[in-house]
Amino acid sequence: MRPEKHNSRPEISPPKSTTQLPSAPTHPNGDAIQRIERGSELGWRAQSAVPLAALVALAIHLLFSKSAPVVETHSYTLFFYEIVGVSIVLSIAQRFWMRLRSWMRHMCPILTAAILLLGLWDIVTFGFQLLPMPYFPGPAAVLRNLINDRALLLDSTWHSLALLLSGYTVGVLVGLISGICIGWSTPVRYWGMPLLKVVGPIPATAWIPLAMVVSPSTVVSAAGLIALAVWFPVTMLTASGISNTRASYLDVARTLGAGRAYLIFRVAIPAAVPNIFIGLFMGLGASFLTLVVAESVGVKSGLGWYVSWAQGWAEYGKVYAALIIMAAFFSTIMTLLFKIRDRMLVWQKGVIKW
Amino acid sequence: MVALAEIEASSLGIREVRKSFPVPDDPLRRWPVLDGISFSLAAGELVSLIGPSGCGKSTLLRLIAGLESSDSGELLIGSEKITQPGAERGLVFQDPNLFPWLTVRRNIQAGLVARGVLREKRHEVDDFMRLVGLETFADAYPHHLSGGMAQRVALARALINHPKVLLLDEPLGALDAFTRMRMQDEVLRLWQGRRTTMLLVTHDIDEAIYMSDRIMIMSPRPGRIERTISVALDRPRQRSSPDFLRLRGDILEFVHFAGNASIENKS
Repeated sequence: MRPEKHNSRPEISPPKSTTQLPSAPTHPNGDAIQRIERGSELGWRAQSAVPLAALVALAIHLLFSKSAPVVETHSYTLFFYEIVGVSIVLSIAQRFWMRLRSWMRHMCPILTAAILLLGLWDIVTFGFQLLPMPYFPGPAAVLRNLINDRALLLDSTWHSLALLLSGYTVGVLVGLISGICIGWSTPVRYWGMPLLKVVGPIPATAWIPLAMVVSPSTVVSAAGLIALAVWFPVTMLTASGISNTRASYLDVARTLGAGRAYLIFRVAIPAAVPNIFIGLFMGLGASFLTLVVAESVGVKSGLGWYVSWAQGWAEYGKVYAALIIMAAFFSTIMTLLFKIRDRMLVWQKGVIKW
Repeated sequence: MVALAEIEASSLGIREVRKSFPVPDDPLRRWPVLDGISFSLAAGELVSLIGPSGCGKSTLLRLIAGLESSDSGELLIGSEKITQPGAERGLVFQDPNLFPWLTVRRNIQAGLVARGVLREKRHEVDDFMRLVGLETFADAYPHHLSGGMAQRVALARALINHPKVLLLDEPLGALDAFTRMRMQDEVLRLWQGRRTTMLLVTHDIDEAIYMSDRIMIMSPRPGRIERTISVALDRPRQRSSPDFLRLRGDILEFVHFAGNASIENKS
């Protein structure tokens, strides 16, 4: 009998079988390798890379700053001594603490690269002054501004946070409500969708001239603009998530005796949560943009205002200091959103990745 | 045609039900899917509905579940007309359709939550998890379950409402042969323990003979019940006993004949 090639091949499995896979990170082999690595000691090179890089960057700086006054370089040199000190403490601590060891193993290359980049920045700006001053100050100057102006920076961050959160919260709440209504109800969809499609894509910042006139205070109008910027993506993605709820989930719920409230709040909305989080993520990006623009043109506080104020005085060290704060501030908020999402979408673990 | 008295005494009564769908490209014409379906199920009966795909089996089940309405005819549960979905008619699909955002326990108690009786009946949840042997998976999410396990959760979820009729739409169709045979016994065990009336749609003749009291054979385009066969074999049934195989042969022959006939009719 002639062997049939196709018979010996495993059948194409139904889609269900892919979801049966355990959500463990990798295949068994890779997992074993990882475990061995984690258990082993941290090499000499891995331990010394960060402090060595710090010493290199420090040497670069000291080389160029022989003539400069001590005040200007003091905090920056101290910064590197601190890195070296912390590295030594950590490399002792990691002998007794497994999780710290694997964290250090993971972070070592990127931290080393970051410190070396600082050194490069120092060479290009402070050292040889290859970039025009005062637009491109060296890292020491930025750090000095960061420290000297910390009170105002902290205050600005606080104002930005308050404005961002108030606008974002309003935008999300209104967006969720309108998204659920548009996604669920056909008449609301008929009337609401065209409005959403026409008004939504206008960037919120384009409304600034109008908003500044209409509203009693610039802070309120800025919060409104942020809310508007957030509202559009949240509404759009919530509506699409709700209206794309698998019909069979709704059918099952109805045969279990579900009424309308159950269908909306316990079937359609949970099914839409992955989509809603994409909307929240996009809305967050839009809110950062709107926040900074609104602060630099109207509102007299916050990090956006600080940047344009410092730029007006040609204090570029302060501009970069504010940018560093902004980076830390925004990325912390975004990380927080991802953490909340991971918490809420634990049932999807291993299904999505973004 | 089934007598009216018989329908009222029965658990589920279907009389002269017709259903058509609009033809997609031609809105003026309608496609007859079900053409005068009549039958009744006595309380506690397990009846199979077999037929080629596209014969309207699933449509019929959706009509009984109340997810769609018929063009004409009557559908009765006890003496009540079916107008909308209700908890007294459970439905299990080929895809378990578990809510992926709920754990096994919460999936099973979904019916209690939906009807607002969770507080009074919470103690039953554990009974039903034990009934389908999933008590250790109470906090697992559906994506961790195998196909057979997921389908057991779906059965428990449908049964927790104590439905008068359980509608099964090819519930074991997506399982591999071994799991499928095990699950057939599982469903039979649930049926024998609780005597829930069950209507099982399947395309597997062996499954129909193995499980049901009666088998209704449907023909397609338009869907009609061509023949009803009583399965008078003792339980538990032997899949390779001569009687089983003889019945299987009869049905195969009939289905083949009916299939050819319907093709000839059409041309």
